[in-house]
Amino acid sequence: MGFTEADWLAIGLTLRLATTTTVILLLLGTPLAWWLATTSSRWRGPIAAVVALPLVLPPTVLGFYLLVSLGPNGPIGQFTAALGLGTLPFTFWGLVVASVFYSLPFVVQPLQSSFASLGERPLEMAATLRAGVWDSFVSVVLPLTRNGFITAAVLGFAHTVGEFGVVLMIGGNIPGETRVVSVQIYDYVEALNYQQAHWLAGSLVLFSFLVLLIVYGAQGNRGSAGFALGGRQQ
Amino acid sequence: MTLPLEKQAAASAILARIKTHIGQSEAAQKPAFTLDVDLELPGQGITAIFGASGSGKTTLLRCLAGLQAIEEGVLIVNGETWHDTTVSLPTHQRPIGYVFQEASLFEHLTAEGNLRYAEKRAAPGGMQFQAIVELMGIDSLLRQYPSELSGGERQRVAIARALLINPRLLLMDEPLAALDRQRRLEILPYLERLHREIQLPILYVTHSMEEVTRLADSLLILEQGRVAACGELVDLLSRTDLPLEFGEEAGAILEGQIVNRDERWHLATVAFAGGEILVRDTDGLGAPGADVRLRVLARDVSLSLENTSKSSILNRLPARIVLIDEGDTAGMSMLQLRVGESRLLARVSRRSVHELNLREGLALYAQIKSVAILR
Repeated sequence: MGFTEADWLAIGLTLRLATTTTVILLLLGTPLAWWLATTSSRWRGPIAAVVALPLVLPPTVLGFYLLVSLGPNGPIGQFTAALGLGTLPFTFWGLVVASVFYSLPFVVQPLQSSFASLGERPLEMAATLRAGVWDSFVSVVLPLTRNGFITAAVLGFAHTVGEFGVVLMIGGNIPGETRVVSVQIYDYVEALNYQQAHWLAGSLVLFSFLVLLIVYGAQGNRGSAGFALGGRQQ
Repeated sequence: MTLPLEKQAAASAILARIKTHIGQSEAAQKPAFTLDVDLELPGQGITAIFGASGSGKTTLLRCLAGLQAIEEGVLIVNGETWHDTTVSLPTHQRPIGYVFQEASLFEHLTAEGNLRYAEKRAAPGGMQFQAIVELMGIDSLLRQYPSELSGGERQRVAIARALLINPRLLLMDEPLAALDRQRRLEILPYLERLHREIQLPILYVTHSMEEVTRLADSLLILEQGRVAACGELVDLLSRTDLPLEFGEEAGAILEGQIVNRDERWHLATVAFAGGEILVRDTDGLGAPGADVRLRVLARDVSLSLENTSKSSILNRLPARIVLIDEGDTAGMSMLQLRVGESRLLARVSRRSVHELNLREGLALYAQIKSVAILR
């Protein structure tokens, strides 16, 4: 026994989705987390709450609203259609957009807490040593918050791999396009093919365990990630 | 308030007219605070910024560095405008070196990594890496991480790093305050060397009178965000009306040269503008001809109308009373004396002032019980 061709297709798609999502999330999440960690704006609270929403919302609710707004009659759908991109639901990029929303808190929160624990002093030091803003970020912030970035990337990746409800709502079940591992497992179970489901499900358990091992290992080093794992896994 | 340097004006001076508030919003536990100063500091030598905690020393330094926004004011350093109504240079464009009070190294870099960080970004034409490492005596520490260094070692590395950036103004924010006395005594000689060997204006924030008297050429005293006094150290410390915190520590500074060292009695003679004075000959003392700085505390000076030699006190100098300040301390008066070209302070009881009929202009003898050698 082992993985079937369809399994491999689902695994490949899942890894591609998780990688793309993680890269986008790091690019978007870093400035957002920085702003949340340093601002004294009155918008801080509302924005932080919006970022954390996916932690508490049922994925079907998130998926439902994304489906509506990305669809042909939704504001984003009309925008993407006007750009000639068509509409995103039931496509790979639709899943990417959904995953970015869904996994946002898992990337922003560890980054935010490691930026906050950094304090102002290292940046002040860098400024007195003639380092400009970008230079300080690369030469001081990145190395000092490395563990935060590792935690953010690993959690963002793993959480995207584990997503199911949002995928069903917005992606459906198109092989090679939107049928990710979690959907594939669901299909096996529905078809009472427990043997095949075991293979994939067991692999995800092992994968998740290894991911958490890495995260807690990184936190153990210097404790700069400081993120309590409390999100909902499906 | 203005210094003799005023005539040379902006070319070699630091002009700072700063008004800024530290709001309640930033740090809730601190009360709102206003810094409001109008200063001209010398663009050379060490200027100590002295005051109680909360007097605005650090805020002033941070304004100069651009780490704290100036709400209203002008800042011109050696002829260059750093801040006025139209420009405000960000910190990384100001030619400063800055030494923080503590936690002042990058934890993710070794001592050498910290130094190279500055070297890479330094203005051209500064001192060589090796020369600065030797000046601060940190050659053996280069491979270690900040967490492996003692507090004193870290500050020496931090000072070396600030020098490597090749600053035109060095700002030091209580660099020794986080250290115990033993460590402070270890670092002070390095700072004195820095002062002797490098032509670099230094603003040195401290609340330690010992550091002020050993290191400073000029002194700025802040009180609750305002200038209480500003001028050359020797002039300022012979004033009778300095803020209260000087109380027991009030004392004049004498600068002179060693004339000879008497090995039999372990005494050295120091000539100053106004006479000669005997000091205890300690190991650290230089050869005849070397410059020394002495401090005579007001409480160690007593007054006598006659030149009586039947006393254990060795130093008895002819003096004239310049002024008598009744001061704020009950029962005690502060007197300023002229000894030749120099000034001394004497703190005597009001009763003595009355009984000896001491008055301004009177000639008498100042008996000095003890003299501290500062450097």
